[in-house]
Amino acid sequence: MAKLLFFGRLGDLAGGIERTLDLSQPHSVRELIGVLEAGDPLLGSALLESRVRYALGGMIVDAEALVEQDDELAFLPPVSGG
Amino acid sequence: MLRQVRIAEQAFDPEAEIAAFRNALTQSGAVVTFTGQVRPSSDDGQVSTLSLQHYPGMTERGIEAMLDDAAERWALEAVLVIHRVGDMAPHDPIVLVATASAHRRAAFEAADYLMDYLKSRALFWKSETGAGGKAWIEPRDADYADAARWDHPSDGR
Repeated sequence: MAKLLFFGRLGDLAGGIERTLDLSQPHSVRELIGVLEAGDPLLGSALLESRVRYALGGMIVDAEALVEQDDELAFLPPVSGG
Repeated sequence: MLRQVRIAEQAFDPEAEIAAFRNALTQSGAVVTFTGQVRPSSDDGQVSTLSLQHYPGMTERGIEAMLDDAAERWALEAVLVIHRVGDMAPHDPIVLVATASAHRRAAFEAADYLMDYLKSRALFWKSETGAGGKAWIEPRDADYADAARWDHPSDGR
């Protein structure tokens, strides 16, 4: 299973911080967002916002990066600390 | 440079942390500390809870990279960063940054730099719950501008 993580307000939209997805073959981040969007258009459009970044295994990647079974993909909306 | 980074799930005592930080120094004549605490009110009224989330592992690596950068820019003996996650009440400390150097300028600038990074670039997500419900907080334009002051002109960040 691939693990998907939704931080910040994306977690509220996704109904939780974590989801798992069974990937029989590698899919790009863009394709996975398409899958999520089909089930939940609001979440899909939030994930496609230009300010949302993607981290695959803890490294920032672009939407063409391939996600495989057992990978961890995180969706990172604009951050705010302090 | 001595460095300590801690993501704290529980409340911490800034005064005790600062005392321990100072006691461990052997070369510095200057110590600068910054404490950020939960504001009792926001634009929407009274704040009851501030919540912070991080991405365990990646958040810490980002802060470590920021400390590498600070160590290149300034001659510092030691740096301490403590950042809360979880739920906090008004007046609870959120963040503590302490820097120590031989003379004051490096310590002042490094603390300023570290806070600018933590406010708008470190992987934290902040929400505020008050009378009007829960709202996710984003940095102000001023926070982004503050952080951009430190960018190297060549690296295009």
